[in-house]
Parts: sequence; C-alpha cells; structure tokens
Amino acid sequence: MNLDFSFLSWGIIQSFIIKGLVFSVQLTLFAMVGGIIIGTLLALMRLSNRPLLVMPAAAYVNTMRSIPLVMVILWFFLLIPLLTGKPLGAEVSAMITFTLFEAAYYSEIMRAGIQSVAKGQVYAGYAVGMTYAQTMQLIVLPQAFRNMLPVLLTQTVILFQDTSLVYAIGAYDLLKGFEIAGKNFNRPVETYLVAAVVYFIICFSLSMLVRRLQARIAIVR
Amino acid sequence: MTWDWQVFCKDTTSGDAVQGCFGRGGDVTYLNWIFSAWGWTLSVALLSLIVAMLVGSLMGILRTAPNKWLVLLGNAWTELFRNIPLLVQIFLWYHVIPSIFLVLRGVPSFVLVVFALGFFTSARISEQVKAGIQSLPKGQRYAGLAMGLTLPQTYRYVLLPMAFRIVIPPLTSESMNIVKNSSVAFAVSIAELTMFAMQAGEETSRNVEIYLAVTLLYFISAFAINRVMHVVEDRVRVPGMIGGK
Repeated sequence: MNLDFSFLSWGIIQSFIIKGLVFSVQLTLFAMVGGIIIGTLLALMRLSNRPLLVMPAAAYVNTMRSIPLVMVILWFFLLIPLLTGKPLGAEVSAMITFTLFEAAYYSEIMRAGIQSVAKGQVYAGYAVGMTYAQTMQLIVLPQAFRNMLPVLLTQTVILFQDTSLVYAIGAYDLLKGFEIAGKNFNRPVETYLVAAVVYFIICFSLSMLVRRLQARIAIVR
Repeated sequence: MTWDWQVFCKDTTSGDAVQGCFGRGGDVTYLNWIFSAWGWTLSVALLSLIVAMLVGSLMGILRTAPNKWLVLLGNAWTELFRNIPLLVQIFLWYHVIPSIFLVLRGVPSFVLVVFALGFFTSARISEQVKAGIQSLPKGQRYAGLAMGLTLPQTYRYVLLPMAFRIVIPPLTSESMNIVKNSSVAFAVSIAELTMFAMQAGEETSRNVEIYLAVTLLYFISAFAINRVMHVVEDRVRVPGMIGGK
C-alpha cells in the first residue's frame, strides 16, 4: 500500500494534535507534581515506625501497584461521581486518577531515596536541636530528592507514556488527537505511524536528558 | 448502595438469573463470561511472556557481545520498544503492520497483541539480562575463553547460568507487569478481563461488583505468577552466594 502523509498540514496539526499534546503534557506535569508530593508523604508514613501510619500507607501503595492502570482509570471514573454526586469530565477524572496512581510508584522511589541517606545525617540533625520535621525537611529530603532525581524523572517518562491509556475513558490526549485526525481523513495507518514517531521522539529525548543528568550528578557526588 | 452479586448468575442475553449460575446448553451467564475472559487474559499474558523472554534474552545477550554492530542492534531494539507507549504499539501491530505487510492481513488480533506485548516487554527484559551479564566479573568471560570454549559456549555454560539466576527478582516483577499490561488489549477488542469489565458493566449497570471481581482476578493472576517465580528462584539458588543456601 502507499502511504500518504500530505493531509497532515499545519492547520490539521494545530486543530487536532496540539490540543491533545497540551492535555497529555498537562496531565503528566500535574500527576508528577501531585504524585511526588503525595508519594513523599506516603514514604514518610511508611518509614515512621508507627503501625497506624505504616499500615494504611503500605496497603495503599501495594494495592495500587497490583492493579492494572486501565482498571484504576475505570474505577476512578466510576467511583468519583458516586462519591461527589455529580458526573465528572474524563479529563478531570484522569488528572485525579493519575495523581493518586503515580503517588504509589513515586512513594516507592522516595522511600528508597530516604533510606539511602546515611543515618548519621539524622542524628546530626537531632544533635543540633532540630525537630523531626526540621530534620526531614532541611536535611534528609533534599538529599533523598537529589539522589533519586534520575529515577523520579524516568518514572515521569513512563507516566507520559501511560497517559495514552486515558483512551479507556475517552479523554482527548495526544493519541486521541491523532486518532480523530486519522478517522476524519480516512488515513488511520499514517496517523498511527506519526503518533508512534512523535511519542518515540519525545520519550527518547527525555530519557537521553535523564541519562546525561544522571552522569552529571554522579560526578558531583 | 446495596450489593447485588446475583448479577453473575444472570444470562447474558435474556438477563434472567440461572440456577447454579453456570449456563447450560450453550447459554452464557456473566460467570461463564468472566471465566472465559480470565482465560484470555492469562493466554495473552503467558504467550507474551514467552515471546518477551526469548526476544528479550537474545537482545540482552547481543548488547554484551564483543561486536559493535550486534551491540547497536540490541540497543536500537531496546530503545525503540521502550520509548513508544504500549497502547500505540498495539495500534501499530493492529492497524499499521497488516496494511504494510499484506501477508499478515489474516492474522487474528490475538496473535498481533501477543507480539505487541511480547516485544514491548522484551525491551525491559533485555535491560535486565544485560545488567545481569554485566554484573558478573570480567574474569568469568576470560576464563571461559581461556579454557578453549567458543564465545557461544562461554555464554551457554559460564555466563548465562549465573546471569539468569541473578536477574530472577526483576524478571519476576516484569512477569507480574505483563499480566497487568495485558489489560491494554481491550483497545483492539480482545475478550479479556478489562474488555469484560467495560462491556458487562455497561450491560448490567452493576459496575462495582463487576470491577471488584475483575480486580480480584488480576490480583490472583499476578500473585500466582509471583509464587511460581519464587519456586523457580528457590530451585536454582547457587550455594555460597548471599541469596544461596
């Protein structure tokens, strides 16, 4: 068969693709920031030595990590309206879902990061009279973040790939933009190919950046 | 809200509850349907796992070979299949590949999904296998070659037996991931668990019960794989190493 990409003019890209790309990026950034914040809190809970904090956090993380993301997306799309009483758009639902889902994965990374900080650092903090909160905030977490930055960013690249799964609830993301353009011009083969190339370029460049960052951090330490 | 687990005893066409919950004589209840969907999920996952292990090991080995073209091939493969979302890869296999390679027109979508998921996971497995081989001291490779083994023999008898044992834990989590990732097959209408959840949920309006059952089955499947891999890990432990007896 012969491929024909000529229909993909700038106007088409602007009206179909950019809208989806913007949502995919928004979703990724929102879920990254929210996920890292909630994930750090979950990690602190799990490392707190208080069963009342450890158990719910561990249960949450393990449950999220053993359910397929598509099912989590469907669950939240079903449950959020049941709890709030009013229907929610697929886009907002996706934002909440991805934040809470990724929090479980980020929390495992942050837990490893916190555990990688030397114990003496904590004792030093207490020795100069800092409270638990101050020690964590000023001494442990900055180091944990720095150590785990490459892993956190790698997880974010995976998150960006996973945002394509909002397909299950019909949210308008990058892939959906390509799909609709393909349907409108009856060129599905070409649009899926271009979609794959675009995703590849974005994810490949991001992972290259992460690798360079990793090398730089490794030298500094 | 109230529970209504009776929904699984209902016939999928008439909607009447069936005695004993399993349909008879060609009738299908939702209970029949969910079990057949579970079968599809497990078939997709296990067949993809075989593809992923074979291709992933091969690519991982190539990436450690003393030949830059083979290394390049392995690296390119890994980057290609790691940097495109699984859903997009499934669409590529389903829509794009059959229309470029016309011979593949008649291939059922089940087979295409198995290859999509298998190749996607092979990139991750190649990464683990490469790391496993590289974690061995260089002397092992030299010792094998010095004894007169050919390179393939060195891999077969010296490097791989150790490397595979070392990477069993990450391979276990990849195997569990493949069960979870098989859910993406819903997008090309494979009759697996997620597809069942969406369709049966819509037909019966008992989404919560249906989703709970489906989630439970995913749990059980991933946990079963975890247990099997533990048995394997236990069987092949090497005495004298930290994880050994």
